[in-house]
Amino acid sequence: MTALHEAAPTPSTSTPLLEARDLTKHFVVHGARRGRAALPRMARASRASRASQGGPPGRPADDGQVVHAVENVSLALDEARVTAVVGESGSGKSTLARLLCRLIKPTAGQLLLDGGPVPRSGRGRREYARRVQMVLQDPFSSLNPVHEVRYHLARPLQLHGLDEPGLSLDDAIAKLLERVALAPADQFLRKYPHELSGGQRQRVAIARALAVRPRVLLADEPVSMLDVSIRLGILNLLGDLRDRERLAILYITHDIASARYLADTIVVMYAGQVVESGPARTVTDQPSHPYTQLLLSAAPDPDRASPPALDGRGGPPSLVRPPSGCRFHPRCPHAMAVCATATPPAFEASAGHLSACWLQASDLTAAQASPLHPRTATTSPADTSSNDEPGGGDDVSPDTR
Amino acid sequence: MSVPAGHPLLEVRGLCVDYGAGPDAVHAVIGADLALHSGEVLGLAGESGSGKSTLAYAVTRLLRAPGMITGGSVGYYPGPGTAVDLLAAEEGTLRVLRWSQISVVMQSAMNALNPVLSIGAQLTDVLHAHRPGMSKAARRARAAGLLAMVGITEDRLGSHPHELSGGMRQRVMIAMALALEPQVVIMDEPTTALDVVTQREILQELMELRERLGFAVLFITHDLSLLIEIADAIAVMYAGRLVERAAAKALFRAPRHPYTLGLLSSFPALHGPRQHLTGIPGSPPDLRRLPSGCVFHPRCSYVMDRCRTDVPALVPLAGQGNSEAGTARAAACWLQDGSSPPPPELAAPAPGLAGTAASEPVGSWQAGGTT
Repeated sequence: MTALHEAAPTPSTSTPLLEARDLTKHFVVHGARRGRAALPRMARASRASRASQGGPPGRPADDGQVVHAVENVSLALDEARVTAVVGESGSGKSTLARLLCRLIKPTAGQLLLDGGPVPRSGRGRREYARRVQMVLQDPFSSLNPVHEVRYHLARPLQLHGLDEPGLSLDDAIAKLLERVALAPADQFLRKYPHELSGGQRQRVAIARALAVRPRVLLADEPVSMLDVSIRLGILNLLGDLRDRERLAILYITHDIASARYLADTIVVMYAGQVVESGPARTVTDQPSHPYTQLLLSAAPDPDRASPPALDGRGGPPSLVRPPSGCRFHPRCPHAMAVCATATPPAFEASAGHLSACWLQASDLTAAQASPLHPRTATTSPADTSSNDEPGGGDDVSPDTR
Repeated sequence: MSVPAGHPLLEVRGLCVDYGAGPDAVHAVIGADLALHSGEVLGLAGESGSGKSTLAYAVTRLLRAPGMITGGSVGYYPGPGTAVDLLAAEEGTLRVLRWSQISVVMQSAMNALNPVLSIGAQLTDVLHAHRPGMSKAARRARAAGLLAMVGITEDRLGSHPHELSGGMRQRVMIAMALALEPQVVIMDEPTTALDVVTQREILQELMELRERLGFAVLFITHDLSLLIEIADAIAVMYAGRLVERAAAKALFRAPRHPYTLGLLSSFPALHGPRQHLTGIPGSPPDLRRLPSGCVFHPRCSYVMDRCRTDVPALVPLAGQGNSEAGTARAAACWLQDGSSPPPPELAAPAPGLAGTAASEPVGSWQAGGTT
């Protein structure tokens, strides 16, 4: 066992390969005019419960409802660095990957490739796709079952052109397979996806992404569908690609321990916003945001002697009507008056370690800092849980009930 | 986490399950021995295809064709002097036992709940079938009480499964499984599809309920790191065989089988210096073409000549805290047969051994005392 990246590669001071500035994505809720159709889940029940608690009656369906999936996210992917995005389902991490891949258009914000704006022309899009490639979660459905491995790897080479003159297509494919440790290559060329194990399939998917010589690799939960014993193989492969080929890698995951293992930088997302970011070890060892602390306390940890105390029960809020101020404040055990009214800016907890939490602010008035929901935090009903669907809104902060 | 004593509640001996028949049969479970004691949480860990779910279905006789139980015995001992042979039991006996004595929480709550019936209807249906004397009002009150037990308010009785979040659906499944106060609850990956915070909440509720109601849990999952936290004892399966069985902390601190060691070093730690981990090379075997000898040998870094030809049996290990049969330290590995000292990684001292070793006759477990 060797210590890994203890002397972490110094962050390159040059321009990041891919940079996102204030990216925002809102999805329009279709059928909002038709009343109940817009509030498919939970609405009736929550209406009933509100009525019984004397709360406001069922809200009228209003026009132009949007899901605030990603809000003002800025991110820089540097050469030879792995940036991990950690969050629960519904936190917007996959939407972020799709935005970075230009599969969907941002509502606002901009993307900078190598410091320059991204061209909108067809040729520019094609060039962008060559530079920024994506690896998807499920290698069982991201490979075409009717084609052999060779086909999957030959297509991108043919479409984008071979980079090395004099290299035949078959040699290029064999080289690709070797780069993802599928050797000997001729054993795999004629195989169909169903003949490969999950780990081998994910390696083929990574090889396909590498075929066009990208500089940026976006990996959306690349190991969560794989068996436990082969996950590390894929994580180590991504680490090798960073070290050997100096790729900028975005690693999206819900498993904060694997992010700590692989990544240089960790970005924690909650309800579409970045709540904390910084060097991987700093974020996991000295988490500054209460949500990161919650995530860490909930993660499985065999070393733990006693069951962890969970500070902040319940689930993420509705993204159709996100809570005012800090989106975590309805769950936050430390919530203060200011948290319900103003969105916290990113405070610098330590060098390079940013935390969007008012607890980091030093100049709050006494009124601003007064506790928001003093004793309800731990005794709130165990499940207002996971209103992660549109219209499921339990966005009323507990003090208004 | 008391050390269970006395006779096990559920005892599995030499259970074999095949899918299909004849020479093409796939051996999904081969000679599994397990004992679940009253009030205990027994973890069953393994990768997909290792046979852990098949074992659970076989124990409850819920296995569907082409799955067939081809050998072994499953005994259920609800009280002193009573014993039920689950594999020989008639359908009528099973119908009485299932749910009231042994209940199952299925992996996917979305598929296990009926989408066209309300939660209340599904909860009262159980009571209707098993408690015929109960009045309608009493059934409803019980259903509301069950929901309250898992932290869901009564007004959700009228909700349909699609109106609930994933965490709530899983809570409803747990409430349903506990409706008749069973002695044994079998949970097949109950929290795998949930977010980590929700998973933790549900597990904590489950452990509180167990303290209160005293049922035993057979907890099936692929997540060994989670199991170490919540289980009393753990059995590890690989390619249809149990390869190691031990108390949870002993398994974590002092694994005895190379596969367990590999699994443990497949989970990155949340603390300490970052270490380069290698996981386990290769991939799980195809059950249709199992390797000869020890099924793990193609991936094992300690492989010896003997592993390629002879199948190691799951045998209790000498002098390693075998206080009761159920928590007996056992491993199926030729490295542990006593002929030569195992490598240091597989011979770490077991925690808590000092206290128990003195009181037990170490000599009674001789190496090679095969089952």
